[in-house]
Amino acid sequence: MRFQPSRGRDMDAPGPRYLDQGETALTVEFGDAVDPDINARVLALDDAFRAAPPPGVRETTPTYRSLLVHYEPLEISRAALIDWIGKRLPGAARGASAEAMQEAPGGSGLLRPARNDGECWVVPCCYDPALAEDIEEAAALLGSTAGALAAQHAGAVYRAYMYGFAPGWCYLGGLPTPLALPRRLAPRGPTPRGAVLIGGGLSLIGADPMPTGWYVVGRTPERLFSLQRDPPFLVAPGDAIRFEPVDAAAFAALDARAAAGETLARRESAS
Amino acid sequence: MTARLLIEAAGPGVTVQDAGRFGYSRFGVTPAGPMDLPAFLAATRAVAATAALEVSLGGVALEAEGATLAVAVAGGAFDIRLDGARLPAATLLPLAPGARLSIRAGAAGAWCYVAVGGRIDLPLALGSLSTHARSGIGPKPLSAGDALPLADIAPAPARPRRLAAPWLGGGDAPIRVMLGPQDDYFPNVSIEALLEAAWRVGARSDRMAYALEGPRLAHARGHDIVSDGAAMGALQVPGSGAPFVLMADRQPTGGYPKIATVIGADLGRMAQRRPGEAFRFRAVDWEAAVAARAALKNEMAAGAVLTPLAAELSTETLLAENLIGGVVSARD
Repeated sequence: MRFQPSRGRDMDAPGPRYLDQGETALTVEFGDAVDPDINARVLALDDAFRAAPPPGVRETTPTYRSLLVHYEPLEISRAALIDWIGKRLPGAARGASAEAMQEAPGGSGLLRPARNDGECWVVPCCYDPALAEDIEEAAALLGSTAGALAAQHAGAVYRAYMYGFAPGWCYLGGLPTPLALPRRLAPRGPTPRGAVLIGGGLSLIGADPMPTGWYVVGRTPERLFSLQRDPPFLVAPGDAIRFEPVDAAAFAALDARAAAGETLARRESAS
Repeated sequence: MTARLLIEAAGPGVTVQDAGRFGYSRFGVTPAGPMDLPAFLAATRAVAATAALEVSLGGVALEAEGATLAVAVAGGAFDIRLDGARLPAATLLPLAPGARLSIRAGAAGAWCYVAVGGRIDLPLALGSLSTHARSGIGPKPLSAGDALPLADIAPAPARPRRLAAPWLGGGDAPIRVMLGPQDDYFPNVSIEALLEAAWRVGARSDRMAYALEGPRLAHARGHDIVSDGAAMGALQVPGSGAPFVLMADRQPTGGYPKIATVIGADLGRMAQRRPGEAFRFRAVDWEAAVAARAALKNEMAAGAVLTPLAAELSTETLLAENLIGGVVSARD
């Protein structure tokens, strides 16, 4: 846990909105967009709660643009909670120091604060259409080819914005702009385990099979979520991730190792 | 001493629940836990347990193996029978091997809790014993032929007793909500409709969410929001305008605006509404919601009262009850 001095854009950012969700949950809303700076402020406040939560706060749920604080109002009042939060907002951009900022290599042009001192998860991903069920369909919709789509997707560094939808479903910002594609109007059938997806200008890793409106453009043998492993989850909200292409044969071998409990993803310096 | 609880018959929706799976919503994990927390606590505190079976309208039939078990039942007004003899809907009873406890939907209520004096001896998943069927985390939903291993078996009472907990039952008073967090996505006419209409719980309702039938609630600013954390009791309104109340098995985040949120003191009453039952909402502010929460907490701290059954009011029974004493402490 470390606080960075405020940068200009954070100083200028308006304070969050406090929205009640009943008397036991408070939505701290930093904005209404999927935006790396908004998300950084969410995660900075989340860090503050995790480092030293005030009595009465049970759990926090970070999303793209807000932090939901679950609390016991008979232990901490709404006013005291908001006061606690307000005292921790200055310098709230996690990892927003110059050395932790990096230009998105995929062309989105956004400055993305990276977490974990600039470290990046490297996750194997197979883009072979035999496993990447929708990659040719998505490439056709983008006026591209499966190979070009795979190269662009694997060339970017992503940021884990949030989990949602199902355990281990990890939403990633930093998708190269040319790969922005609206979600399907109607969901496709359940995704394969470890699906790497694109849709709505984002990427996503789907741990366990679920129906979704996103396009399966790759598959990772890594288990983003496994009850058999300690810790059960590898990637934390705010972490940087990139994908390392592997062919179908390598995928099969890695999948067997992951099934045996091995962690495949590794950490590397993001610089 | 070890023993097992045998599931002789089970409708859909019989699960193991403890207070819930907390701390993992940030990874997309559903908290699960009981639909009606006060009823769950009435059952578990009566036998000093931390987990219970949650029984839906489909009912369940149970037998004990290896020991006579102390079993507490509490929840909606279900039909409870021990070897065919009718018992109160909330009751503490001895379940001896060979006896059959059957629990079926009764006059009212949608959920019933069965707690056993002892510990359900299953491994925790992410720190909790709660079943989340959709993700497969926690024990599988129970079906006929299953057996729950038990440890640390507590002594059973000599005979069944009525469990009187003033917070059970609920009544027909409106379900209280606080407006928000996204009530500004709705025009006034939708807020008025929410608070003035008669609502019904729809057939498409389960542990994840209750679909509500009533007027359509139009949006003022579109029906998509950038995903936001979701609490139990939030009334999420998708594009159709038909609201859902997010319940114990909700996803921890959601992308539809939430017009209002059921207050904690009324979540159990909301959960106990059956499909087709009419009810209304009433808006309260934070202070009123917290006052209601404090009142419920005080009621529960005073504890449930155990009394002998009227049919057994013989001198001998009364003497025995006086010797055993009747009040269950309900402190944490």
